[in-house]
Amino acid sequence: MSIVWLFLGSIFVNNILLSRFLGCCPFLGVSTKSETAKGMGVAVIFVTVLAAIVTWLVYNLVLVPLKLQFLYTLSFILVIAALVQFVELVLKKINPVLYKSLGIFLPLITTNCAVLGVAVINMNENYSLLESAVNALGSSMGFLLAIVLMAGIRERIEHNTNIPQCLHGLPIALVTAGLMSIAFMGFSGIIK
Amino acid sequence: MISFAGIAYPILVLGSLGLAFGALLAFASIKFFVAVDERVSKIREILPGANCGGCGYPGCDGYADGVVNAGAKTNLCAAGGSDLAKGIASIMGVEGESSEPVRAFLKCKGSPDFSVRNADYVGVRDCRSAAIVPGGSPNSCPFGCIGFGTCVKVCVFGALSIVNGLAMIDPTKCVGCGTCVANCPKSVLKLVPRSSDVQVTCNSNWRGPDVKRVCTAGCIGCGICVKACQVGAITLNANLASIDASKCTNCGACAAKCPAKCIGSVMPEELKASA
Repeated sequence: MSIVWLFLGSIFVNNILLSRFLGCCPFLGVSTKSETAKGMGVAVIFVTVLAAIVTWLVYNLVLVPLKLQFLYTLSFILVIAALVQFVELVLKKINPVLYKSLGIFLPLITTNCAVLGVAVINMNENYSLLESAVNALGSSMGFLLAIVLMAGIRERIEHNTNIPQCLHGLPIALVTAGLMSIAFMGFSGIIK
Repeated sequence: MISFAGIAYPILVLGSLGLAFGALLAFASIKFFVAVDERVSKIREILPGANCGGCGYPGCDGYADGVVNAGAKTNLCAAGGSDLAKGIASIMGVEGESSEPVRAFLKCKGSPDFSVRNADYVGVRDCRSAAIVPGGSPNSCPFGCIGFGTCVKVCVFGALSIVNGLAMIDPTKCVGCGTCVANCPKSVLKLVPRSSDVQVTCNSNWRGPDVKRVCTAGCIGCGICVKACQVGAITLNANLASIDASKCTNCGACAAKCPAKCIGSVMPEELKASA
């Protein structure tokens, strides 16, 4: 049962974007169209789950036995960068359709701090392999949820003529992001 | 106390991790090799590589891919001109569409000598931010060139500069990609055929008296040029004369009659010599 709560908690209560404020760059950068936002979100789910599993293995099977835990940042970045490259190569071969739909977002995710953030959270919380994977799945689905909501709102704002011109574009997007974050704060405390 | 093992160990572990991943990637790149249509890399090679985006694709790689896989036209690269269009067409094995070479042109003569500056703007020195202040421009004419050089910043070919408060285009460097036109908040830049000579050098839609109040070199919308034109190439839209370059014979009859002296020969000397 606790796995279910962990999953729901990582989507809503500890939303990676709106509560933990990780991955804000793509959140603002690729949220102008809901189509591309969806692509980004799906790519993030894909990479985050894989990265969480691999980083868990590297941390617990390599770094901990050798007492080199302090190397986690460096090795996690290494893992994520290599993994993204690897996934890109494999996808290009075995699933060109998915590769095409993820497009430019796949390589961009290498520098998405949400991916690294989830790996580090898993480590700090001492999650098991299963819990890590579930937390990664939930967190990245939370990312998808937040970025798609944001894109939907921004698409509507785009056509709203009541907004003063000086707020057009990024300023109003930042205000929106703040309000969304406040809204998500409403979930806090529901699940511990 | 720093021990040798304390340094060597992490280096060894990280190094071998990196090596392992590197080997994995090298293996994967061979195992999962995907044959790319060789025409894509061939086209990419002859493209200028400035990634200006004038073709409408994200960079030269995107355009090369678009030509081969998405049926994009072969003449979209303004920077490469007609020679490049021919090259792409021959790689693709199709009959090439010819492309009329174009260049950027500034529809404004309103330097401080002709048009007063209204305000001393102290914000970000960028036309795009200056254009959103109340009034639409720090200059008295809200249609004219602001002269803060947004076009200079976005031009990857270094063809623009600001001279006496106006954007100045170096015709030998301008390839007609249209990036400056797309980024100009006043839409005072436009693309004209490279061979075009006589143009209206004003962008104002105001009525004559209003234009005269703010600029002594602006189009007052009198319509004398429309009558003077023998081939009917000039029309008057919203108090502004515009010349249809496809009909214009560059005879200069309109320029001779224009009371505001805002129509004239605009072809730079460098181009006239080669024409």
